[in-house]
Amino acid sequence: MNRQKQQYVTIKGTKDGLTLHLDDTCSYHDLVMELEEKLSVNQTNEPDGPLVAVHLKVGNRYLTPEQEEEIRTLIRTKKNLVVESIDSNVITKEEALGWKRKTEIVSVSKIVRSGQILHVKGDLLLIGDVNPGGTVIAGGNIFILGALRGIAHAGYYGNKEAVIAASVMKPMQLRISDIMSRSPDYKSEERNEMECAYIDDNNQIVVDRLQLLTHLRPHLTRLERRL
Amino acid sequence: MGEAIVITSGKGGVGKTTTTANLGTALALAGKRVCLVDTDIGLRNLDVVMGLENRIIYDLVDVVQGRCTVQKALVKDKRFDDKLYLLPAAQTSDKTAVTPEQMKKLIHELKQDYDYILIDCPAGIEQGYRNAVAGADGAIVVTTPEVSAVRDADRIIGLLEKEENVRSPRLIINRIRGHMVKNGDMLDIDEIVMHLSIDLLGIIADDENVIKASNNGEPIVLDPNSKASIAYRNIARRILGESVPLQSLEEEQKGVFAKIKKFFGMR
Ligand SMILES: Nc1ncnc2c1ncn2[C@@H]1O[C@H](COP(=O)(O)OP(=O)(O)O)[C@@H](O)[C@H]1O
Ligand SMILES: [Mg+2]
Repeated sequence: MNRQKQQYVTIKGTKDGLTLHLDDTCSYHDLVMELEEKLSVNQTNEPDGPLVAVHLKVGNRYLTPEQEEEIRTLIRTKKNLVVESIDSNVITKEEALGWKRKTEIVSVSKIVRSGQILHVKGDLLLIGDVNPGGTVIAGGNIFILGALRGIAHAGYYGNKEAVIAASVMKPMQLRISDIMSRSPDYKSEERNEMECAYIDDNNQIVVDRLQLLTHLRPHLTRLERRL
Repeated sequence: MGEAIVITSGKGGVGKTTTTANLGTALALAGKRVCLVDTDIGLRNLDVVMGLENRIIYDLVDVVQGRCTVQKALVKDKRFDDKLYLLPAAQTSDKTAVTPEQMKKLIHELKQDYDYILIDCPAGIEQGYRNAVAGADGAIVVTTPEVSAVRDADRIIGLLEKEENVRSPRLIINRIRGHMVKNGDMLDIDEIVMHLSIDLLGIIADDENVIKASNNGEPIVLDPNSKASIAYRNIARRILGESVPLQSLEEEQKGVFAKIKKFFGMR
């Protein structure tokens, strides 16, 4: 009897396609060998059949980008299979830090004065003013407990959903992602208290009452954090 | 050991030199030993405002380059028997003739002999500014009620806040014209102070007597009756640690009837 060696790859069919559970204790080499073998055996060989989505669950194994690519290529060569997702329980410290930076709210208590630039990767909570000639930049949203009289750039890496909110909104310039707007050339007597700026459906920055954000950007409520 | 205070603004022509001369004189009148240091190399004029121009033999650059001792270069102001001295800037070199390290050493040396060293800073934020700030323990930022001057003051305050050895800067608003503020043609004091959010040390009215006095080489503070003089003396007292309330320019100008109206909440 040809006793089957240990199973490193378990294949399950679901309504979303195939889910492949890959063992996370064996060596990467053994895993790839078995994957290759299994997929060859199980091949349905209907070259014209519909594409089947494959979801990989790799458990506590960390796959380098190169390894991920190798596995994707391997599966792609099996005719009508395509990798739709690779799900790992682990990420590198570097990725974790990057993720943390992008999603955390950085609070800073200072006055950003003329000629100064304050740049954060995630959301910015500034307790203080941005004076004319001063600049604040955030990868995410910008919340200012104070007066915004300088330049604010939210969604710096391309996030158009980002918003800018300030206790006093008298900016020289507002930028969200790659959209820009500047203050009118005349001086207005409006008080501009408790306002927010966002990109509307016409792809333009508009400034309105802070309270509107609840409806416009419900995702600002983050009672629980997700990956 | 004395205290070194740099007087700076970013923008030129707002009254740094005038302020240095008048506060130095006021502190000397209050019995302190004061040394004024002009760091505006190439454009010196503190000596002119103090009326000491024709007594200069050596200057700041001579001292840091070792051509003479500090004592030799200091010009004594005879009006204040041994209380007030000036270290003039060089007229012929430029700002790169002195380094911040050399300034630090020099100011430290002066602090052994004087109660206050007031350092008159050139305009700008380059080497001249860095030289002036290098040895300072405190800073006074001078501005006028104009948008551009306030903007530059803000920039300078931002730079000063990065200096570890310099205490939080304090503000003097110079050349205030009551009627222009009232008409909204000038920024008002509250607006400026709120915007810069540093402590206000004092305000000085725009007064042509200030210019006349400077031209005569007699700082206005020597004239006991002018408003600007009183304002400078009050600022000197605040530097000495007294708490002197701000006199409002408006009250002075409007007279008794206006005061009464104000009292009854009328406008
Ligand atoms: N309070 C004042 N009222 C009227 N003129 C003033 C006042 N303060 C300064 N000035 C004048 O303004 C000009 C510039 O002043 P100065 O002290 O030389 O400025 P800075 O040293 O900042 O360049 C001078 O002519 C001076 O007399
Ligand atoms: Mg000057």
